[in-house]
Amino acid sequence: MTTIDPAAAPDYGVSASYRTCRFTGLRIEANAEILIKVNAVAAVLFLALGGLMGLLVALTRWPAIQLLDAEWFYLILTGHGANVLLFWIIFFEIAVLYFASAVILGARLATPKIAWLAFILMVVGAVMANYAVLRGDSTVMFTSYPPMMASQWFYLSLIIFAVGALLAVFVFFGTLVVAKSENTYDGSVPLVTFGAITAAIIAVFTLASGAIILIPTWLWSLGLISNIDSLMYKVVWWGMGHSSQQINVSAHVAIWYAIGAMVVGAKPLSEKVSRTAFLMYILFLQLASAHHILAEPGMSSTWKIVNTSYMMYLAVMGSMIHGLTVPGSIEAAQRRNGFTRGAFEWLTKAPWGNPAFSGMFLSLVMFGFIGGISGVVLGTEQLNVLMHNTIYVPGHFHGTVVAGTTLAFMAMTYLVVPLIFQRDIVWPGLAKWQPFLFGIGAGGISLFMMGAGTLGVSRRHWDLALTDAAHAFEYPAAAYLMMALNGIFAVIAAVGGILFILIVVLSILGGTRLDRAGARLNFPLHDRSREVAEYGSHGTLKLPGTIILVGIFFACFVLYYFVNWKYLSELWLFR
Amino acid sequence: MAITPPSNRLWWKEPIHAIELGWIVIAFLWGLFMFFFMIAWHFIGEQNLSSETYKIRPERYQEKVEAFADEFAAKDDQGNPIEEDGVPVVRPPAGADVYILARLWEFWPILELKRNESYRIHLSSADWQHGFSLQPTNINISVHPGYEHVITLTPTESGEFGIICNEFCGLGHHTMTGRIRVVD
Repeated sequence: MTTIDPAAAPDYGVSASYRTCRFTGLRIEANAEILIKVNAVAAVLFLALGGLMGLLVALTRWPAIQLLDAEWFYLILTGHGANVLLFWIIFFEIAVLYFASAVILGARLATPKIAWLAFILMVVGAVMANYAVLRGDSTVMFTSYPPMMASQWFYLSLIIFAVGALLAVFVFFGTLVVAKSENTYDGSVPLVTFGAITAAIIAVFTLASGAIILIPTWLWSLGLISNIDSLMYKVVWWGMGHSSQQINVSAHVAIWYAIGAMVVGAKPLSEKVSRTAFLMYILFLQLASAHHILAEPGMSSTWKIVNTSYMMYLAVMGSMIHGLTVPGSIEAAQRRNGFTRGAFEWLTKAPWGNPAFSGMFLSLVMFGFIGGISGVVLGTEQLNVLMHNTIYVPGHFHGTVVAGTTLAFMAMTYLVVPLIFQRDIVWPGLAKWQPFLFGIGAGGISLFMMGAGTLGVSRRHWDLALTDAAHAFEYPAAAYLMMALNGIFAVIAAVGGILFILIVVLSILGGTRLDRAGARLNFPLHDRSREVAEYGSHGTLKLPGTIILVGIFFACFVLYYFVNWKYLSELWLFR
Repeated sequence: MAITPPSNRLWWKEPIHAIELGWIVIAFLWGLFMFFFMIAWHFIGEQNLSSETYKIRPERYQEKVEAFADEFAAKDDQGNPIEEDGVPVVRPPAGADVYILARLWEFWPILELKRNESYRIHLSSADWQHGFSLQPTNINISVHPGYEHVITLTPTESGEFGIICNEFCGLGHHTMTGRIRVVD
């Protein structure tokens, strides 16, 4: 029998180097810091590339402009999906995972070499995917439904990227173990870390689904497998495609809580409720693959109903709970901060001039009202037939992923740059307006695409006029108007996006250094001496503003839900 | 704070605020309602997508569509087959099995149906995935090669209707359309 000599094992904990953040008091380890930096920078670069592609797509779908020719349009649309939906978001999520584990728990990052390997694999995968798409033989859209086949490089690049991301997720889990064993925190992990754990668990499921389907598809593109069943592909692929959007939901909800805490000193109303809501995500969000199979042959209605509703909408319940507890915790904190007049002084006097706060709150509102409600309607078994594969679908997910996730990640960046890069935000006057510009643009494209989809406009379609079509068909004039408005708001979003990239890059390169004594932030954090410890006894919690907000939300939700059933009931009969 | 460990170590023993509890109950009940409403619509609604599906080889399906088009081809007064845009018009009797072939890049053939009559519409693809998007009615159904989907459809309005492909199917995707005419 061998014995383990604990003294013989190298003590990595001692050799790690830490600094203490002068603004938050957080203990930040050097490896964690550099890996957060590189992942965040990669994320922003892919956002710039993918965002530019998105602008080209919107300008092409603006009927009066129709910028690109058909071949380039489909090529750029494929690249747009991969760059923003996968690369921007997952690079940033890895940065968020490292932040939520190492920085928030004050621990060292586990296995920094593997974290670097993960980063390199992800960069290689992302660059290779762009290469495959720009070569022109992988114009298969982000979803790459067989029997349409991309070049082998396309599938291989996504596999490499997914392997890298999976390694990074395991570094995150390892960091949690390190923090626990080195006692860097006391009691349970903070709520934000809990949310990040939720995101990471969903990420494992997601990346595994991706591997299960992309590896055989890659072998098929190499000629080693003769056939990929198109329906099976769709069911498993969306186990990655939709569930990866659920990583975003968990991650950006965690960010909402984090920004609320750092900017106004918010404390969760109840740890138990907020954590249970995250737990609902782990248990049920993965069923959402079904959202993409509702208009498909071959699947039973029972399967569709159980899966599309996340098992009786229990994950939707999780999101609705966060929809109350995030603004509720901000209202409660602001009332503690002294803004107690009327129902809404807490909101009107909130730090709207701080882009971290404004971005976060706009993200919260638009994710709920635009992305959330439309998602539930779209995911209803029968209602899906009204909108399946129309441009309503991109309208919905630009409400979740752009107005929701991307805006929340941008808001978080306004904290990551000063706290991790130790550089202050440049152009504070412009930075103040950036979330509003981007938010209005993103909200606009979501709503107008949803409007056009309601009029039947197809998604992923180059020619609204159907000029060269086999049989002529004319869409109503309102559809043209909607697509033009979509283009205008895409330009607004692009201006906001470009401003974001410029501010972040210039801040990192030339912002005022904050690692000196006496340095002050352009956008100050909440005064730590005034943090909320408790909101008082449970009977005295008063949140009139939040109750009004969720009341309006619920009324919109119910109304919109039934409007769509009314619309469905007027269709031709089918069974 | 959400970025520090819970101040109360035994946070799971804290009572839930009345406001939160009320909202949880509302969200849960609304979720249950939406869940059971989907089931209820199968009994009270008249728009439920069929799940009747058969596996079929694309070549075999193509033969079935051609046989169907021959059998019910619309003829003019002289007995000549009617064509539009070079595509035959097919006039199946009420209640018949009707076949639509989705292929690069058209929906074939053109159908002439009667208002308020039911037809068993068969949908499948000869090559890639396509999207059957009936406009301006806005009925959208995915079409897979190898799967024959049967939908019992009853048009409730008359006029000319377009079928637009709304699943990306390559460079000619935006030229892929079809036509259904509904007569009184």
